[in-house]
Amino acid sequence: MSVLIVVEHRAGVLHANVRAVLAAALKLDLQPVILIIGHGIQAAAEQAASLPGVQKVLAADHACYEHYFPENVSKLICEYAREFEHILMAATTWGKSVLPRVAAILDVAQISEVTCIIDHHTVEHQIYAGNAIEKVRVLDEIKLFSLRTTSFTAVIGQQSPCEIEAVNIEFDQTKTKFISEVPLESTRPGLDQAQIVVSGGRGLQSVEKFVLIEQLADRLGAAVGASRAAVDAGFVSYEHQVGQTGYVVAPELYIAIGISGAVQHLAGMKDSKIIVAINNDPDAEIFKVATYGLVGDLFEILEQWISLDKEI
Amino acid sequence: MEKPVVKLMVHGALGGNTMRALVTAKRVLDPYVNLHVKSDGSGVDLTHAKMTMNPFDEVALEAAICLREQGALNEVVVLSIGSLLCQETLRYALALGADRALHVSTNDVYDCLSIAKIIQHITLIEKPELVLMGKQSSDGDNNQTSQMLAGLLDWPQLTCAYALNITSSHLAGKRDTEYGTETLQVCLPAVISVDLRCNTPRYATLPNIMKARQKPLLMMELSSLCLNLTQHHQVINVRQPAARNPVVQVDSLSELLSRLKNEVQGLL
Repeated sequence: MSVLIVVEHRAGVLHANVRAVLAAALKLDLQPVILIIGHGIQAAAEQAASLPGVQKVLAADHACYEHYFPENVSKLICEYAREFEHILMAATTWGKSVLPRVAAILDVAQISEVTCIIDHHTVEHQIYAGNAIEKVRVLDEIKLFSLRTTSFTAVIGQQSPCEIEAVNIEFDQTKTKFISEVPLESTRPGLDQAQIVVSGGRGLQSVEKFVLIEQLADRLGAAVGASRAAVDAGFVSYEHQVGQTGYVVAPELYIAIGISGAVQHLAGMKDSKIIVAINNDPDAEIFKVATYGLVGDLFEILEQWISLDKEI
Repeated sequence: MEKPVVKLMVHGALGGNTMRALVTAKRVLDPYVNLHVKSDGSGVDLTHAKMTMNPFDEVALEAAICLREQGALNEVVVLSIGSLLCQETLRYALALGADRALHVSTNDVYDCLSIAKIIQHITLIEKPELVLMGKQSSDGDNNQTSQMLAGLLDWPQLTCAYALNITSSHLAGKRDTEYGTETLQVCLPAVISVDLRCNTPRYATLPNIMKARQKPLLMMELSSLCLNLTQHHQVINVRQPAARNPVVQVDSLSELLSRLKNEVQGLL
């Protein structure tokens, strides 16, 4: 019995979070197997084969998996599931679409957004927007965990490539149709991978003033985040939302500017290593989770910071 | 015990040409009140706590009502599973605009897979064209019951969706991913889970709260459904997250930056 990791990839590149999932897998078993699914996946499969500790890569390369639909991907995973004790995926949009469906077909539980693996049966995850941590013991023989990858330290290094075994099982699905995708266009680091995040809230007041957040982010080489209030107000688009319903981030440094600190926002950032809160309201909830707090006129502070020389 | 089920099937049988949505309404701790973890670690204290409809389900209900107002649906049926108090949540859903309500009554707490099996059972009786659910509940945050239901039914799924549009036998919607915004189209029947950005739910007006009292609410005991529900996991304990150190207030940007410089070397 071993661990199966279902990995995510796009345009021939494995998602960087694979190394965090692998770190979790290696806690359970020293010879995890990777399953990679898609169309035209040779390059990504080769990257997977070189990840340290991976015993074997199963590669399902077929046009029917081009759009990674949960409807047929879940059936393919189930073909292999019974050979494994654990199936792991990153808790990304795709992982969260697929793994519960696999669980239902296998008639087993799935534990969402696992933050800590205690032993083969026991894990922790957050509930109530991160306000409580639940420790659960899974009773099923096959255990399915989606992982909050920011909680695991990525495995580093390479190995000489392991075997890549082609999987020739097709599951056509005709009930879901891909219509279009509008890709994100940004030269800044993505929220899920940035070491620094600069986030703005309703305190920024307008689209025009929110540009200051973007300028500071560019100054620091950071990703741009936002509270739901700022997104709802139209200051910035949804892909920047940090919180219970947006991205969950845990960067080295999180700078929250003009964000009051609603529970839903805290759920998405309170595990950041250092949190800086800048707000004109000294009683803002955000200060309760902040490492450093600065009360003052946020526009003045922003303009001052942006105009500083590169060296601080 | 059998009587309610028979009545339910009569409702279902009416639906030859009915475009029906089944919407879930979980009763949860109000996400805007402070939460208390019980000192014995057995869970979150819900005694005397303010409860409400899961805000994500409220968005699903609003989406269903809007689709009915557009003429894309004829009937919105709302379902809640849990104690008798769920009927309060269902009355609220009826006041918002659901046509009728179903209450599966149980005092036990079930995991997502068992809940998905109960919804599957009701789905097979009610035969909706779509099941609309919040993408997660604000208590468990699991984001899995709708996917599980779709897997059990072998129906297509569209999760974390918004901008829903029904055209005859299809539903199209958008969803945001780490890579951009996808537009997908699913054949009906399908399971749809909605993101908060889908819409802003309306408030119940007083006249509608009064009218909701007259709308049909059917209760059935979970035991009468004869489902074989097994426990898949045990909660060992629930604890509060470790508190962060108290905030250090700084007086100026330069003080902030000199402190940061010491802590995040090389990053800034």
